[in-house]
Amino acid sequence: MNRLETQLPGLNLKNPVMPASGCFGFGREFGGLYNLNDLGAIMIKATTVEPRFGNPTPRVAETAAGMLNAIGLQNPGIDGVMNNELPWLEQFDVPIIANVAGSTEEDYVEVAKRISTAANVQALELNISCPNVKTGGIAFGTIPEVAKSLTKKVKEVSVVPVYVKLSPNVTNIVEMAKAVEDGGADGLTMINTLLGMRLDLKTAKPILANKTGGLSGPAIKPVAIRMIHDVSQQVNIPIIGMGGIESAEDVIEFFYAGASAIAVGTANFVDPFVCPKIIKDLPELLDQLGFDHISECTGRSWN
Amino acid sequence: MIVNEHCSIVSQREIAENIYELILHGELTSKMNEPGQFVHVKVASGYAPLLRRPLSIAHVNKENQEFTLIYRKDGRGTAILSSKKTSETVDILGPLGHGFPIEETKAGETAVLVGGGIGVPPLYELSKQLVKKGVNVKHVLGFQNHAAVFYEDKFKSFGSTYVTTVDGSHGTKGFVTDVMNELSFDTIYSCGPTAMLKAVEAGYATHKKVYVSLEERMGCGIGACFACVCHTADDPFGFSYKKVCTDGPVFKAGEVVL
Ligand SMILES: Cc1cc2nc3c(=O)[nH]c(=O)nc-3n(C[C@H](O)[C@H](O)[C@H](O)COP(=O)(O)OP(=O)(O)OC[C@H]3O[C@@H](n4cnc5c(N)ncnc54)[C@H](O)[C@@H]3O)c2cc1C
Ligand SMILES: Cc1cc2nc3c(=O)[nH]c(=O)nc-3n(C[C@H](O)[C@H](O)[C@H](O)COP(=O)(O)O)c2cc1C
Ligand code: FES
Repeated sequence: MNRLETQLPGLNLKNPVMPASGCFGFGREFGGLYNLNDLGAIMIKATTVEPRFGNPTPRVAETAAGMLNAIGLQNPGIDGVMNNELPWLEQFDVPIIANVAGSTEEDYVEVAKRISTAANVQALELNISCPNVKTGGIAFGTIPEVAKSLTKKVKEVSVVPVYVKLSPNVTNIVEMAKAVEDGGADGLTMINTLLGMRLDLKTAKPILANKTGGLSGPAIKPVAIRMIHDVSQQVNIPIIGMGGIESAEDVIEFFYAGASAIAVGTANFVDPFVCPKIIKDLPELLDQLGFDHISECTGRSWN
Repeated sequence: MIVNEHCSIVSQREIAENIYELILHGELTSKMNEPGQFVHVKVASGYAPLLRRPLSIAHVNKENQEFTLIYRKDGRGTAILSSKKTSETVDILGPLGHGFPIEETKAGETAVLVGGGIGVPPLYELSKQLVKKGVNVKHVLGFQNHAAVFYEDKFKSFGSTYVTTVDGSHGTKGFVTDVMNELSFDTIYSCGPTAMLKAVEAGYATHKKVYVSLEERMGCGIGACFACVCHTADDPFGFSYKKVCTDGPVFKAGEVVL
C-alpha cells in the first residue's frame, strides 16, 4: 500500500506534497537538483494573459521567521507558458496545477480556458489573492460575491477541476470559502501571503520598492492552521494547505487542521531539497503516530 | 552542478575593520570553476535569520578542497557568521551563477580589475586565473578609508595595484574611475556598488570588453523566485529580463539596466 497516495478532484497524487506557486518557477531550476517525479504535483508560477515584468526591485525583504515578497506576478504570459514551460514539464510523470491570475474577469477566463487544455495540467488554482498587484488580484479575493462570480465563470470554461486560492487578508475567511464553493469550486488552496511592510533603519523608508509585500514562511503557519481548521469544518470540498511548512511534522499539523494535501513555498528557498526530504520523512512519522495512511490525519483536530 | 554541503571552517579572521576572511573546506570546491560565482550561505540553522546570504567566492584551492569568502560584518546574518569558530560548519549552497569570462582576455593582453569595497573579493580569484593564463593584470581597488583596506599585498603579487580611498587616508584620494583614466588595458572586469559600476559603464561606453558584477536582494539564489531580476538594456521598460542569480551576477556592460 502506498501510504501517501492521495486522491483529489482531478488529481491522482503519489503523495500529497507539492511546491507552492511562485516558489518553484516552472520547475526547471529544481529539475537540475532532484528528480521532479518524486513530487506529488507541481503548482507553477502564476500565469497571466500578457507577459509581465512585475514590480521594481528590491522585491524581497527578510522578516522574523519569514519574508516579504512583492514579485508582482512576473511571468512569460499564457503563450510562453503553453509553448515553452508546460511542454518541458511533460517529461515528468507529475500532475501540474496551473496558477491563474489576471486583472479582470475576462483575463482569468481566457487564461483558464487555454491553460486547462494543456496535456499535463490536471487542475487550476485561481489566484484571487495576490497582494502585490495594483488591480484585480486581491479585490477578487476579498469580496465574496465577486469571488463567487469569478469562480463560476472560470468553471464554465475550464476542462479540469478548479481550486480557488484564498487570501488570509479578509475578516471572515469562512464566508469567502463558502462563496467560492457556491460558485462551483472543486477545492480550496490556502493560504496566500499576508500583507505586510518593513522599513529600513537608515532611510526610514520601506525596504520593498512596492512598499508592501506578502508575508510567507514559518511566521504565518499558525494563521494558516487556524484558517484551515475553521474552513474545513464548513465546506465539503478538499483543501490543499500551505503557509510556513518545512517539515513532515508541519505537514501532519496541516492535515490535523483539515487539509487533504499541502504545498511548500518559502522553505524551498532555504533548503531547495526540502520537498523530497519531507516526502521521505513522512512514512516514519506516520509509524510513530500510529497511522496507516496519511488521509487518516485529515481533520483530526475537530473530528 | 549545485550542491548543498555543510562545510567545515578551516579558519576565520578579521582582516580589516569589520571585514572577515572565512576559509571553508568542502567537496563542492571541485565544482567552482568560474571566478565571480557565489555561494548562498545559511549562517544559522532555524529561523534567525531564515534566508540564505549570497557571498562571492574569493579564492579557490582545489588541491586542499578549500575556498575563501570575504565579507563585511553588516547586518544580523553576517554578524552571526563572523562569530563562528574553527571546526564549526557552515551550510553552503553552490556554486551559483555565472562568473567573469576569462576567455575574453588573451594571453599577453592586459586586464584591469576594478573593485569597490566588498566587491573586491571575487576579483582575487579572477586575478589568479588571469595571471595563470598569461594575462597582465592591473588592479584598481576603492575603499572607504584606510581601516577598510584588505588584500592589497595579495593583489600586488599578481600585478600592479592602485588603491583609492574616499577620504584619502590610504592610496589616492578619490574614486576608482580617476585612476582608471591613467591606465591602458584591453578588458575591464568590475565588481562593487551600483554607483561605481554605473560610473565605469558611463566612462567606457564605447569600450568593447567591459564586464560588471551586480548585487541584488535574493530569495532562492537559483533562478526560481524572480526576486533578483533586472531589465535588459535593449528593452528597459518591457518585460524582457535577466536574473542576477543565474544569468549573472556578471553581465557584459550594456546588457542590463544598472
Ligand atoms: C552575488 C552577490 C555576491 C555578494 N558577495 C559579497 C561578498 O563577497 N562579500 C560581502 O561582504 N558581501 C557580498 N554581497 C552582499 C551580501 O550578500 C550582503 O552584505 C549580506 O547579504 C548582508 O546580510 P546581513 O544579514 O548581514 O544583512 P541584513 O541587512 O540583516 O540582511 C537582510 C536581508 O537583506 C539581504 N541583503 C542585505 N544587503 C544586501 C546586499 N548588499 N546584497 C544582497 N542582499 C542583501 C540579505 O541577504 C538578507 O536577505 C554579495 C551580494 C550578492 C548579491
Ligand atoms: C516569492 C514568492 C512568490 C509567490 N508567487 C505566487 C504566485 O505567483 N501565485 C500564488 O498564488 N502564490 C504565490 N506565492 C504564495 C505561495 O504560493 C504561498 O501561498 C505562500 O508563500 C505561503 O506558503 P509558504 O509560507 O510555504 O511560502 C508566492 C510566494 C512567494 C514567497
Ligand atoms: S534569487 Fe530567486 S530568482 Fe534570483
